[in-house]
Amino acid sequence: MKAICFYFQIHQPFRLKRYRFFDIGNSHYYYDDFANDDIITRIAHRSYIPAAESLLRMINETGGKFRCAISITGLALEQCEQYVPEFVDILKKLADTGKVEFLAETYNHSLSSLIDPEEFRDEVMHHTAKIKEVFGQTPKVFRNTELIYSDEIAPQILDMGFKGAITDGAKHILGWKSPNYVYSAATAPKLKLLLKNSKLSDDIAFRFSNTEWDAYPLTADKYIDWIASTPPEEQIVNLFMNLETFGELQARESGIFQFLEALPRFAAEKGIDFWTPSEAIQKLKSVGELSVPYPISWADEARDTSAWLGNKLQNEAFRKLYSISERVRLCEDRPLQQDWARLQASDHFFYMSTKHMADGDVHSHFSPYETPYQAFTNYMNVLADFIVRVEEQYPLSIENEELNSLLTTIRNQAREIETLNKEVSTMRLNAEHYNEEHKTRDAAAVEAKTPEAAAEPAKKTRKPRAKKAAPAAAIAEAPVAEEAPAPKKRGRKPKKQ
Amino acid sequence: MKALMFGWEFPPHILGGLGTASYGLTKGMWECGDMDITFVIPKPYGDEDKSFAKIIGASQVPVAWRDVSREYVESRIGNVMDPDEYFRLRDHIYADFNYMRTNDLGCIEFSGRYPDNLLEEINNYSIMAGVVARTEKFDVIHSHDWLTYPAGIHAKQVTGKPLVIHVHATDYDRSRGNVNPTVFGIERDGMIHADHIITVSNLTRQTVIEKYGIDPAKVTTVHNAVVPLSQDLLDIQVEKPKDKIVTFLGRITMQKGPEYFVEAAAKVLKLCHNVRFVMAGSGDMMDKMILLAAERGIADRFHFPGFQKGRQVYEMLKASDVYVMPSVSEPFGISPLEAMQMGVPSIISKQSGCAEILTNVIKTDYWDIDAMADAIYSIITYPAMYNQLREDGIKEVNQITWDKAGAKVIDIYRKVLGQA
Repeated sequence: MKAICFYFQIHQPFRLKRYRFFDIGNSHYYYDDFANDDIITRIAHRSYIPAAESLLRMINETGGKFRCAISITGLALEQCEQYVPEFVDILKKLADTGKVEFLAETYNHSLSSLIDPEEFRDEVMHHTAKIKEVFGQTPKVFRNTELIYSDEIAPQILDMGFKGAITDGAKHILGWKSPNYVYSAATAPKLKLLLKNSKLSDDIAFRFSNTEWDAYPLTADKYIDWIASTPPEEQIVNLFMNLETFGELQARESGIFQFLEALPRFAAEKGIDFWTPSEAIQKLKSVGELSVPYPISWADEARDTSAWLGNKLQNEAFRKLYSISERVRLCEDRPLQQDWARLQASDHFFYMSTKHMADGDVHSHFSPYETPYQAFTNYMNVLADFIVRVEEQYPLSIENEELNSLLTTIRNQAREIETLNKEVSTMRLNAEHYNEEHKTRDAAAVEAKTPEAAAEPAKKTRKPRAKKAAPAAAIAEAPVAEEAPAPKKRGRKPKKQ
Repeated sequence: MKALMFGWEFPPHILGGLGTASYGLTKGMWECGDMDITFVIPKPYGDEDKSFAKIIGASQVPVAWRDVSREYVESRIGNVMDPDEYFRLRDHIYADFNYMRTNDLGCIEFSGRYPDNLLEEINNYSIMAGVVARTEKFDVIHSHDWLTYPAGIHAKQVTGKPLVIHVHATDYDRSRGNVNPTVFGIERDGMIHADHIITVSNLTRQTVIEKYGIDPAKVTTVHNAVVPLSQDLLDIQVEKPKDKIVTFLGRITMQKGPEYFVEAAAKVLKLCHNVRFVMAGSGDMMDKMILLAAERGIADRFHFPGFQKGRQVYEMLKASDVYVMPSVSEPFGISPLEAMQMGVPSIISKQSGCAEILTNVIKTDYWDIDAMADAIYSIITYPAMYNQLREDGIKEVNQITWDKAGAKVIDIYRKVLGQA
């Protein structure tokens, strides 16, 4: 028995507009809305929507035998919701079939896993919540940005409650081993790993329409034959690729959609199943531990992180960005948080690559900039403005720890005020009850007295009224007394700035 | 293979990039082996490097017969020419040029510069070329820049050897489009008579094809290169000022776009205060630039140290943090390559020929002062940007060597000789 595990990635960054250094401190809007709208709409109509429709048809026609996984970053989902909501609807339909598993990943498609565990965790949780909200599924398998993975990251993934992770079957890690098995992480043995079969994945993603390729033209039966002819003990073939492979990287005219849709029929003939990553992890046992001392990814020839952190420019920008992460987490300003998310996207660093040859072509193909230097300049200008805004909230002259303790004090006091307020309101309520009681008791007492006394009720009623007013005033004073120091303490914050 | 080259400048006495390029190319071709080059220049000083080419000074070529003794010739021009050479040349005088202004040796004196009577000098140079062409043995004639095209044509007509002309610049570059009809005429005449035309960039090639109406098939681009700097120059030590230095180095003329540099400087200075701008060089637009800097209120941070030569250029570069070449139209532009050799990050205009071959520089449109200011700011503010450009720039420029350019020129020679 053999199975194919398909996983499709969807990601689009928020591209930055041309941001000159004289905009720093003056303009706080960073995005090229026109380009973002244009690109996501084009790709959605050329690729995402028809591809998702194909998947839907495949699921329906096979009666649910065809399954796959989709991972969409938070940034891409935000853009889809904004510019092509019709695509989100189709994704929801796919989710409703129950045959499509949505994976967890970093909300911002960031590289935080390499530098900032806390940010990494926040992001993944944010993404999980978003997926739950939109698609009603709680992701169980994790896929890191660009399939970045290392021994250091593995325990963090497990700690977040994921049973499996997806990464690349990099040759320098696997050596003689085959990616067609389930492995487990060396530093977190409970975490199962699914490795991308690069050869078979790239046959579709990169070579499908290449007429110079000796296997051209690639047909579904030929492709399934290749998979069927792998050694019988290799039970799973992981085909991981970007969803825009269909219709964008491989043009519609190349017949890529027909190829995709024909796969289930030939797979059925050969007795090959389709599994989602969760199923694969459930059904297969790990054949061994895999140690990855240095981070790997699915990008470039090197399959490491050099696509984003390969030169001085990238490292400088990266360090600068995360140097303020702790500070940003302290801020509650929503626009600031949103910009923070968007600026973290790994794409910005990808554009700064100075690699040449084939890798360089890929980098420049996707880059909205003419040169890596321009990409760096623009990004750093935006980042400089962003840092100015963070500083306006909390000046960098205060140490993080000091600020932290100040913020804790403020929060504690806020909590204290809240509890005191509650107390006050219950007391007020009690007092009122007490008054009511008195009032009725007095009235009863009056009625119990001689009916003549009713001739001067004003006198009698005036008394309890005065009584009632007295505790009310006392109560009214209380919150003032309690609240008075509170704003004072709050007031210290701006003073410190 | 033997080549007869006509040039106008030759190091160490140079006025612009033409001399540097002629020198580098000649040396590069010599390094390829099996090349015998005779280089004719208007006025040698005797301290030229003669290790790879034979140099003939036009000022020592007789065009009128004088009865002089060997000793006299030796004492007069011995420092720049072998007397035997003089007598051999004298044997090939082809007409009586006594009506011209000749000296005691029957030679025409050349200034070797760009004097007001430049057209007359060009004509004289071509008269002199007739004598050289009749004396020397060679397979190909190679003329560097329009000043020597008439000489090349003359030599071709005398000997029937193929003529290759090397377009280092056209009048369209120098005049921002308002060409001088006489110069245009000389240039076009050279191009028409040439068997092959070498341009220093695709930009120039396009100009030659479109503006001069030349058949694209006979125009080939051979990009310039740089001669590796000596260790002595690389090790120059200068006292680094506290402020960042942004440098413009070149003739302050319309072609070089100096006003864009001033405007970009004003933009940067509005927001940064730890930076100084230097416009080194001289030219007809210098006064205007001083005025402009004053008008923009940046004169305290904008400096004009005047024309720099030899070692001063490298000292200037060494002290710089950014080099800017905002040329409006630059056929090639060798100076950014020199800046890169000295490890100075460069910003160049997209309208320069060297932009075609450089990757580790910042390219902007010459008119886009916003982009230029942004790039300057980025380099002086972010150390990563500076270091990346600096180190990759050095690596890149060290790969751009003249022997590669020389090999391409030799291929062109073979083609015009029907050997390829």
